[in-house]
Amino acid sequence: MVDVPLGHVGPVPGADIEDVELYHPHSWITKYVFAQDAKVIAIQYSLTALSVGLIALVLSWLMRLQLGFPGVFSFIDANAYYQFITMHGMMMVVYVLTALFLGGFGNYLIPLMVGARDMVFPYVNMLSFWVYLLAVLILIASFFAPGGPTGAGWTLYPPQAILSGTPGGQEWGIVLMLASLMVFIIGFTMGGLNYVVTVLQARARGMTLMRMPLTVWGIFTASFMALLAFPALFVGCVMMMFDRIFGTSFFLPAIVEMGQPLERSGGSPLLFQHLFWFFGHPEVYIVALPAFGIVSDLISTHARRNIFGYRMMVWALLAIGALSFVVWAHHMYVSGMNPYFGFFFATTTLIIAIPTAIKVYNWILTLWRGNIHLTVPMLFALAFIVTFVNGGLTGLFLGNVVVDVPLSDTMFVVAHFHMVMGVAPILVIFGAIYHWYPKVTGRMLNDTLGKLHFWVTFLGAYAIFFPMHYLGLMGVPRRYYEMGEMSFVPPSAHTLNAFITIVALVVGATQLTFVFNLFWSLRHGKVAGSNPWRATTLEWQTPETPPSHGNWGKAPPIVYRWAYDYSVPGAAEDFLPQNQPSAQAVSGEAHG
Amino acid sequence: MAVALILVLIVVGSVAFHLLSPWWWTPIASNWAYIDSTIVITFWITGAVFVAVVLFMAYCVYRFRHQPGRQAHYEPESKRLELWLTLVTGIGVAAMLTPGLFVWRQFITVPQDATDVEILGQQWQWSFRLPGPDGKLGASDIRLVGPDNALGISREDPNSQDDIVIEGGELRLPVGRPIKALLRSADVIHDFYIPEMRAKMDLVPGQISYIWFTPTRTGTFEILCAELCGVGHPQMRGTVIVQEQKDYQAWLQAQASRTFARLTPTAQ
Repeated sequence: MVDVPLGHVGPVPGADIEDVELYHPHSWITKYVFAQDAKVIAIQYSLTALSVGLIALVLSWLMRLQLGFPGVFSFIDANAYYQFITMHGMMMVVYVLTALFLGGFGNYLIPLMVGARDMVFPYVNMLSFWVYLLAVLILIASFFAPGGPTGAGWTLYPPQAILSGTPGGQEWGIVLMLASLMVFIIGFTMGGLNYVVTVLQARARGMTLMRMPLTVWGIFTASFMALLAFPALFVGCVMMMFDRIFGTSFFLPAIVEMGQPLERSGGSPLLFQHLFWFFGHPEVYIVALPAFGIVSDLISTHARRNIFGYRMMVWALLAIGALSFVVWAHHMYVSGMNPYFGFFFATTTLIIAIPTAIKVYNWILTLWRGNIHLTVPMLFALAFIVTFVNGGLTGLFLGNVVVDVPLSDTMFVVAHFHMVMGVAPILVIFGAIYHWYPKVTGRMLNDTLGKLHFWVTFLGAYAIFFPMHYLGLMGVPRRYYEMGEMSFVPPSAHTLNAFITIVALVVGATQLTFVFNLFWSLRHGKVAGSNPWRATTLEWQTPETPPSHGNWGKAPPIVYRWAYDYSVPGAAEDFLPQNQPSAQAVSGEAHG
Repeated sequence: MAVALILVLIVVGSVAFHLLSPWWWTPIASNWAYIDSTIVITFWITGAVFVAVVLFMAYCVYRFRHQPGRQAHYEPESKRLELWLTLVTGIGVAAMLTPGLFVWRQFITVPQDATDVEILGQQWQWSFRLPGPDGKLGASDIRLVGPDNALGISREDPNSQDDIVIEGGELRLPVGRPIKALLRSADVIHDFYIPEMRAKMDLVPGQISYIWFTPTRTGTFEILCAELCGVGHPQMRGTVIVQEQKDYQAWLQAQASRTFARLTPTAQ
């Protein structure tokens, strides 16, 4: 009954190509600064992205202070507020989540998990990070530019993004934002091509596509999608830059600016929205799919059970990836586009719920009849399921076109997307860091601090965003610097806002325990050994921990089985590494 | 054990919050009760799924927690179970989508007898235009906007002469009559939003978008801008007063001095 070909030990194909000679760094600078080793690049990406994340966290504090206690903090005026929300959103979505999942986890895990010595284009990989860093610096520079950063909202909708009524619209803010995004996309393209080509071309002998860990599948699919989606944003940025600097009218029809007619005509503000969301919706899944993949591996490893329905999981990832390109206009139901689009996009959007639901079922069915170790990574994985299910289900409200009408542009939307693509992926990132830190550093992160960090973050984030849905249901619009008097809003809503702010401050401050843990455990953590979680995937089978340049010592591994041989009946241990030939440990009857 | 308990508490807490919290939608004042019904259906279906998934997780975490001697069950996949779950999910999704699409069809099909009302947004105020006795709104163009013509109404179009212009004031509507709101923007994207009407649609410069609704009760309601339109966004408020037919007609008569032709006599 359980005899599926996934783990079947087939003949391992002969080596097609010789083992490649790697680039050898000759100095400290080429080893750690202008590094070409994907593992070093991964750490550079991760530390940069986490630093940007800390800035974005502080920005969220500032905006919550204004929402919870309007008028109390005089330094947060309307201009500053809109600048904070804009920078928070853009930083988190693009410069933190995308960079961390693909640049960080992608770089570290792809070569190790597929059994490669490095990315296939190490030099381009190095450039990718430095171009990304440049994009971050341009973005940060806008805080110090005249007029400050743009306050157009992270969606940057023209015409307001480039007009004087918006902070940074007629000053430096929007120009630096667009420039930074363009540079980011250039940098990402270099990295993304690397990830895709490495997965397709550099897998170890025996590592068929259908033996790859779901982490690799998730990052691979997301990279492929990003290569298709980011160009739409790039084009939008170029056009808006032209509108802003050269006076073109790609996105500007005949309009009035502060009472004065502008010399523009014929452009379409909706065109930008289509370009933006053609990128923007796949972007949600560019963040989500790596999280899906990673969480699958966390659950499987720590429940000591094979991931349930592996093939279905792979096909669901691919189906979500493909479908996510035909749902973008569900962000535009009330945008004034042709309303008949609503039928199509509502249908595609709700269909995407089906493969997504399959993934959720398979995660919890992996827990079922497992042997669940409630380690810190497992706790984060469980919390991910709770928040992702919650946020995914509210997506069924917003995706269903007519239900979206009263909820669109309200706090319901803010609560929904924070739950599903803010909190949920970040919980996976934390879980993944607790899981792979021992491989990266050779030491375990402190467990007590980890549990403290986990409980405050998970329960706090849930307490922030769950009640927020109900503010939106009541009709409170998002992106309001102050609610002011609204006849339909009872005073209790202000109390709720103050509560949310206080919880946000606590959750934010708790992240310092995580940062402390990262540094403290570097020297004082328990020594991990090469495979502390007793996991099957190749990155835990390296001859050295942390793995050295080239990963595999003398010879790259040969893969004999899929990534999920946990608790195989008859096996001596409750896990069989992917590079373990069957004869050593499996009884004849069991398929290994 | 503690983890399973907390998962159960999250479910209980969420459901209790949903049932007991004082924050719920505003009492409806338009014909779109169908939207509210679809939201209720969606709450039931999604709520049931959320409760089932998290409780099942809690059960697994308790029942299959690591204990000495426990071994996980090895079963890579079960086609029957997966097929079954996919089908059930498909049915649930269809149960939400189908009523949604039917209501959407109504939402975008404007009744023949709807009265046109123009709503113009500009940073950061609302203006309105009602057709005069001829029942027709005259042509307009943003390029005609000037100090004496804030809505950019065409002077040449005979239909525009009797149009009633209300700048920055309050909109009045008769109860029980379908209204087709024609939405224009002079500068950036705004969004015409009345929570009680369940009505929301962007005003996009360069085009005219629309939304229709029938006010079903009299009263005063707030118009909010729901699309970020610059620093003045939260201050962009308006008022709509829904009146009985005879009160509305009396008010309309009194507006005769505010026709476009009177406001801009040079047009003659």
